[in-house]
Amino acid sequence: MNFKIMPKAAFPGWVNRLRDHHRVVGPKQKHGQYVFDVIDDVADLVLHYSNSVLPPKKYLVPQKEVLLNYRLDGSHLEIATEPEPTVILGVHTCDVHALKLFDRIFSQGFTDQHYQAHRESVTLVSLECLETCSANSFCRDMGTASATDGFDLHMIDLGAAYAFSVGTEKGADLFKGFHQVFDALDSDLAVINETLQEKWGRFPYRLDFDVQEMPELLKASFNSALWDELGQKCLACGSCTQVCPTCYCFDVTDEVDLLLEEGQRVRRWDSCQIHEFAMVAGGHNFRERLAARQRHRFMRKGKYQMDAYGMVGCVGCGRCARACLAHITPIDVMNELYVRSQAEEAPALAGLMEAPL
Amino acid sequence: MNMLLDEVKQSDSIYMPIPARITAVTTLTAQEKLFTIELPHELCLNHEPGQFVQVSVFGVGEAPISITSSPSRSNGTFELCIRKVGDLTNVIHRMERGALLGIRGPFGRGFPIERFRGKDLLFVCGGLGMAPLRSLVNEVLDDRGNYGRVILLYGARQPADLLFQDELAQWQARDDVEVHLTVDCPDEGWNRCVGVITRLFPEVEVDARNTVAVVVGPPVMYRFVLKELKKLRIPKGNIWFSFERRMKCGVGKCGHCQLNHVYTCQSGPSFNFAELEFLEEAFS
Repeated sequence: MNFKIMPKAAFPGWVNRLRDHHRVVGPKQKHGQYVFDVIDDVADLVLHYSNSVLPPKKYLVPQKEVLLNYRLDGSHLEIATEPEPTVILGVHTCDVHALKLFDRIFSQGFTDQHYQAHRESVTLVSLECLETCSANSFCRDMGTASATDGFDLHMIDLGAAYAFSVGTEKGADLFKGFHQVFDALDSDLAVINETLQEKWGRFPYRLDFDVQEMPELLKASFNSALWDELGQKCLACGSCTQVCPTCYCFDVTDEVDLLLEEGQRVRRWDSCQIHEFAMVAGGHNFRERLAARQRHRFMRKGKYQMDAYGMVGCVGCGRCARACLAHITPIDVMNELYVRSQAEEAPALAGLMEAPL
Repeated sequence: MNMLLDEVKQSDSIYMPIPARITAVTTLTAQEKLFTIELPHELCLNHEPGQFVQVSVFGVGEAPISITSSPSRSNGTFELCIRKVGDLTNVIHRMERGALLGIRGPFGRGFPIERFRGKDLLFVCGGLGMAPLRSLVNEVLDDRGNYGRVILLYGARQPADLLFQDELAQWQARDDVEVHLTVDCPDEGWNRCVGVITRLFPEVEVDARNTVAVVVGPPVMYRFVLKELKKLRIPKGNIWFSFERRMKCGVGKCGHCQLNHVYTCQSGPSFNFAELEFLEEAFS
């Protein structure tokens, strides 16, 4: 693989140069947590961070996005999305995997040009995680603790320098006119390999089964009593889906100004955990029960997205566990489903073993 | 003529409605009105029976509405049967001839009428289900020679709620259409069946192997009708349903209309039972 090496001392200068032509965003510390925000001062950028409160999806599918601007008298109607060129720095690889799923979702069938416009305006500089970033994350299990594509540039912290793997031409362009990057030497490659090899020991497995088994496990658990138990605990606040890097469901509403002259068609993050999510005009609710809504969330993550898009819909970041006021965590839920499935399977398997050949 | 959906796709946003004009408004019942819609010059809808459009009023919002006119009778204009049930539909009900609406679509998968050819058709309809079903019924009747028997079972809450009563009378007058009606609450003049839609099944005999059933109505009806259709031994792949869900975007993105992993706005709203059998949420 082709790597570029940048001494750490040169890094702030590089970020400042990026700011000439881009909005540069990256992880910052805020009230003891980390958030992606605009970097006005390189000193604010924190590259050794635990998962951000919200994933960087907010720059591709904003919490509130105006789709159309119009005048109510019909004299004016225009598409509103005009994204600015943005470099997102320091994206953890779980979030890179999440955006790969978004790329599929928003282009399969009908292309969502609003997402596309944001996507094209963004240059993604991801960061190799060298240790698990929270007790809730299970990226090792989900296969998202590293990434081979989906980024424009990918950084590895080598201590004294950063190694960059170039994913796309858009990524390579970020080095244009900047001279303090070097082609990696064999000695650099040795350090890179050593760094990568050492990291895996710092990522514990937290699921009791392999991710490949997850869709089947969920399929077999559709009628599990666990969903009712989760329904008893869940507060239907929707926090889990707001912080989830692979959740993108949205609502569309019209907003008009006080003079009733101009209006906007707006999309906002929505949540399948909210009571009204699957309710139709007339009042019928296709997911009235909390248990059904919790089940739908876990099914989407572990099975449905695989069925629809060929990728598991959870990247193991653990943000939903941290955000949940009722302490519902995907690690506990998945492991509990697994334990119960084993308990059910055991007698059947035992029978199989005893059967004469 | 260019197709409306191509026009929508070619704009820079799949969420951009195309302006269309209301050319006629007919009151059908206390709750439902029929709107005739004209698309801009040189645009046609080119829909399949069972498909829907996203209808919007700027300043109010957007909602999915089934197309009630058949492709065979949608030359330049098409019809929407709209029940006054939410914010948007209440506003639309106050609109008059000449008013503009925004239209995107047609979206979703309609009924595969080419597969219905040569078969006996059993239409099972509850309430507002007649809105999408009428498109299919008229498409079939305008090409009558290509189908076998046409049987309609239609239930409504009360006689006054039956939709398209003029056409219903015409269908009943024909000797090549078998119409069976039922209502929950009869009035004094009602001398036909009383009760839920399944009460009509004893009146019907079908050649199961050659029958396609098409079921459109409120969600609660489907489980019970399915039981009757299984009793008649109609093959799974020939039992068709329309699954109306909360289709917010119409293009398989917003997530509201999902049935397990399936977006009903894309893979549906029409599904046959062989496809639905393994979607646990379909009849729950």
